[in-house]
Amino acid sequence: MPANGTLGKTLKAPSIEVSNARFAYGARPLFDGLNLVLEAGRWTCILGPSGVGKSSLLRMIAGLLSGGNDTVVRCGDGSATAGRVAYMAQRDFLLPWLNVVGNATLGARLRGEAVDLDRASALLEAAGVGEAANAMPDELSGGMRQRVALVRTLMEDRPIVLMDEPFSALDAITRLRLQDLAVRLLADRTVLLVTHDPLEALRLGDRIFVMNGSPAGLGPPLEPAGRPPREAGAPDVLGGQARLLRELAEGGK
Amino acid sequence: MSLSYLRPLVICAGLVAVWQAIVSFTGVPAFILPAPYSVLLSIVEDGGLLAGHAGVTFIEIALGLLLGVLLGAASGIAMSFFVPVRRWLFPVLVVSQAVPVFALAPILVLWLGFGIGSKVAMATLIIFFPVTAALYDGLRRTEPGLLDMARTMGAGRFAILRHVRLPMAMPAFASGIRIAAAVAPIGAVVGEWVGASSGLGALMIHANARSETDTMFAALFVLAVMAVTLYFAIDLVLRRLITWQPETYSSDD
Repeated sequence: MPANGTLGKTLKAPSIEVSNARFAYGARPLFDGLNLVLEAGRWTCILGPSGVGKSSLLRMIAGLLSGGNDTVVRCGDGSATAGRVAYMAQRDFLLPWLNVVGNATLGARLRGEAVDLDRASALLEAAGVGEAANAMPDELSGGMRQRVALVRTLMEDRPIVLMDEPFSALDAITRLRLQDLAVRLLADRTVLLVTHDPLEALRLGDRIFVMNGSPAGLGPPLEPAGRPPREAGAPDVLGGQARLLRELAEGGK
Repeated sequence: MSLSYLRPLVICAGLVAVWQAIVSFTGVPAFILPAPYSVLLSIVEDGGLLAGHAGVTFIEIALGLLLGVLLGAASGIAMSFFVPVRRWLFPVLVVSQAVPVFALAPILVLWLGFGIGSKVAMATLIIFFPVTAALYDGLRRTEPGLLDMARTMGAGRFAILRHVRLPMAMPAFASGIRIAAAVAPIGAVVGEWVGASSGLGALMIHANARSETDTMFAALFVLAVMAVTLYFAIDLVLRRLITWQPETYSSDD
């Protein structure tokens, strides 16, 4: 695999501070006065049941959703997050009329910039879909599609990567492989991963928050030992799963 | 496979047989219902005449289709891209559909004369709304997650329209064009009925006045063949151009 230097240009990922985040559907706030720090260059996972507002929080950090009047989202260096964020969703959102390379280089085309085909093929190669460069999305399996979506996210070369349950539609084995791949390719970036899968959070997260309640809040972070991706059978992963499931269940009462 | 090709032939033969049976057993006079054979004779004998009128009608249909699709596409895009256009134009378009377009035919002939202009306008008018509505609807239904992704990639509104929303709306637009292809001949022929010196509709009116019912049927037959051929030709072109299926895109919801 090529060194990170040939695949990414930027780096020096900032931390992100979210303070007083508020989001409401009508009168009922999903969360209110929520604070969160994403540490620079590390993986933060937010674990929570469906509908608790974790995707809304992620979209707020991405700048796709405006929070309350007091809500502040900014990088640790004081600047705004705009233009420094790449976003990856549960659905791959590959455009069905573009082939794999076309999809991987969509961002440049949308911004009217020159397309860096060399970097695209290097990244597709690193993601294990180099052979499929000219295939159309409907010829690919779910796992391959999500690999292409990951490459498309990396092509943005942003220091901050926000991922909203990106692997939850995949089968167990494919999910493990893609988690390993994501950790490898997203090294040194500030990553926020939103998931409802405790095992995923424990394998990937440097810090794991459980988001629960109504309006939702974040519990104290769990920081499992060892570097991601952790083995599914590692003691901290197994032990952590019990604790996280308990915390999730408590919030459900 | 052979059956699927044979089936239309069998249906046609059956219909002609029923037709012949009605003529034979009821002894209905030829000026009410001519026998299939005399219609065939009329098609052969008046071939040149029919072809000339059919050519005029075809040009009217083709021009109407072209103008209607172009104008419909322009208004669909304008409505989806410019909010004021949508607010002012959409209600007008919906209300305009309450006016029976055929009632406008005499006015169009009065304004645009007995030539092809009034017929092209008639066809354009009835095509315009289905095309506008289909494309506008397609543009409106772009996946929100896809738009989120494009926005985090730093795409402007126009780039999103051009690279994401328009291609995404193509299957819906194609349905609009198919409907247009099916109704365009109606517009042209109604225009000809109201006032024209040439075209299949005009030929039918003249034949009707002289009780040449077999000529009417011959003109009707040519018109039907032309309309069906046009529909399937356009359907074939659209299938070739839009090879991807929207169903596969949204099936993993």
